[in-house]
Amino acid sequence: MASIDVQGVRKNYGDVEVLHGVDLTIRDGEFIVLVGPSGCGKSTLLRMIAGLEEVTGGDIHIAGKHVNHLAPKDRDIAMVFQSYALYPHMSVADNMSYSLRLRKTPKEKIASAVGAAAAKLGLDPLLERRPKALSGGQRQRVAMGRAIVRQPKAFLFDEPLSNLDARLREQMRAEIKKMHGDLGATSIYVTHDQIEAMTLADRIVAMHAGVVQQIGSPLDLYDRPANLFVAGFIGSPGMNFLEGTYHSGDGKADIRLSDGTAIPIRPREGLRDGYAATLGIRPEHVELKEDGSWQADVELVEPTGLGIILHLSIHGQSFKIFTADRAVLSPPPSLQVNFPEEHLHVFDEDGNRAD
Amino acid sequence: MRAKKLSLTIAHRLAILAYIVFALFPLFWLLKVAVTPNDLLYSEGVRMWPSRATLEHFEFVIAHSAFPTFFRNSVIVSGSTAIAVTIIASLAGYALSRFSFRAKYWLIALMLITQMFPLVMLVAPIFKMLTPLGLTNSLAGLVIVYTAFNAPFATFLMQSFFDGIPKDLEEAAMIDGATQFKAFRQIILPLTLPGIAATLGFVFTAAWSELLFALMLISGNDAATFPVGLLSFVSKFSVDFGQMMAAGVLALIPACLFFLLIQRYLVQGLTAGAVKG
Ligand SMILES: Nc1ncnc2c1ncn2[C@@H]1O[C@H](COP(=O)(O)OP(=O)(O)OP(=O)(O)O)[C@@H](O)[C@H]1O
Ligand SMILES: [Mg+2]
Repeated sequence: MASIDVQGVRKNYGDVEVLHGVDLTIRDGEFIVLVGPSGCGKSTLLRMIAGLEEVTGGDIHIAGKHVNHLAPKDRDIAMVFQSYALYPHMSVADNMSYSLRLRKTPKEKIASAVGAAAAKLGLDPLLERRPKALSGGQRQRVAMGRAIVRQPKAFLFDEPLSNLDARLREQMRAEIKKMHGDLGATSIYVTHDQIEAMTLADRIVAMHAGVVQQIGSPLDLYDRPANLFVAGFIGSPGMNFLEGTYHSGDGKADIRLSDGTAIPIRPREGLRDGYAATLGIRPEHVELKEDGSWQADVELVEPTGLGIILHLSIHGQSFKIFTADRAVLSPPPSLQVNFPEEHLHVFDEDGNRAD
Repeated sequence: MRAKKLSLTIAHRLAILAYIVFALFPLFWLLKVAVTPNDLLYSEGVRMWPSRATLEHFEFVIAHSAFPTFFRNSVIVSGSTAIAVTIIASLAGYALSRFSFRAKYWLIALMLITQMFPLVMLVAPIFKMLTPLGLTNSLAGLVIVYTAFNAPFATFLMQSFFDGIPKDLEEAAMIDGATQFKAFRQIILPLTLPGIAATLGFVFTAAWSELLFALMLISGNDAATFPVGLLSFVSKFSVDFGQMMAAGVLALIPACLFFLLIQRYLVQGLTAGAVKG
């Protein structure tokens, strides 16, 4: 187990820079989840840590050792690929023991390590099979087993569950969490899945267009998103945004929408009078109240079982509410809503959080 | 409905049958002439099988002609060429498939250009080059020339097989602790066996039946390969069809054996199950 230190790491493909200086310090035993939209450079960063991509600029240290020019085999890490990448001409047992055989581990040790990993993942009855005779979920387990048979310095996961159906994904997610609890291994996990990110991570790294947007605990990112991107990316359904201009004076402040409506907020530092600002509020935090101060027209009702998503329009801007109140299943054409001040997020003209 | 399906099946089978008959008929004729005694060859007219079959042509060819020498030479030349080309093509094909390097584009263009010239144009210069090196009239010379001519196409062939193998596999192997070469040898190469078999087979048959260079570079019987040897059954005044065909039938044997040996790899898709399908 080891810490991983990424400093100012950049990556170019030809003239195109896809990572613009990433800094990330991962403590020993920490579970880090990388999230971000498709093409933002998550896999690239992971593959650079693994040694599969050259580092254009910056430094990567694993366990204090500079590894920029170290071959993957000398970095002592394990990786689970999205495609699983099982060796098709080897049995499950051979797939799992390949790394140990390469290291000339004694036979008895290999057998016990494979046995232990197989027991942990429920692969015992499948050890002699070839990958093509396995289901998707079983292949995923073998890929996992291949990573845990040895004790690498770190585990890297590139969307390991994205090929599984929802139920299996849920189950594997729990198993990964349990496994991390048992092994306490430093892990970096790439995913698109909000729930995976929120449930697994010690810390989430939100990336966008090759730049790290925010690093923090899942609740940090949820409660105090650093900018508009993180605010919109974390949480489902996504945060509502109302664009306007910030006005303050006399210890009071408001955000004025384009049609002149003013939404009062507490004054924030870092916002300038008369400049553009964005107000954000999560759908689950909007209050439905008879005497609410804002009128909203109902456009669409989406029941999810757990709750109901209402699509509304407030002063011409589209807006969503998430509520468990089944009374709104057949709502009137318009509703009254409130924006509780403690749940309001305000972002300045550059999209950065203002407190 | 039933009847329609049945008739479609029958038509399908008939079409296949017609194709097979068409493709194999020359081979059948070869065999037929080879077992026809000389006195019946012209006297019986066109029939599917002679009234009396004989093995005398085979006996003669094996015991009294230089055919065993031709045969041995051909096995040596074709076998060596096939192995040499396959090794070169595997390595080069892997490099073209996996590495990006500066001259790659030009290298590929150059290799394509070598395939554009009719071989006849090159006979004279190659003869001129090989003579001072003492490589005319030698099997080694033939192997070198055949290897050079077959390597580019075989490289493209192998490259396409490597392209079909997911890159994840060797990356996984490298993370598991293999060097790139070890990953190539232990993971990628075993999965390319169908491609290697196809390349071996293709090059072997190409070298086995090559006539032009064999004819130009070799004089005399000692280093002659089988296609050249076949011509020795053509004399100024007559063609000994029976013996020629018998030699031809014998020459088919190694090619058949070879394909029997590799067909297992040709038909199976080895990569099944590598990645989520
Ligand atoms: N070999 C390459 N050559 C050029 N550009 C590349 C190459 N590989 C990746 N890129 C670019 O780098 C960027 C980051 O790619 P990367 O695969 O890291 O994205 P990602 O965040 O993993 O996306 P996804 O969630 O879809 O997997 C993308 O814009 C991609 O087009
Ligand atoms: Mg990716």
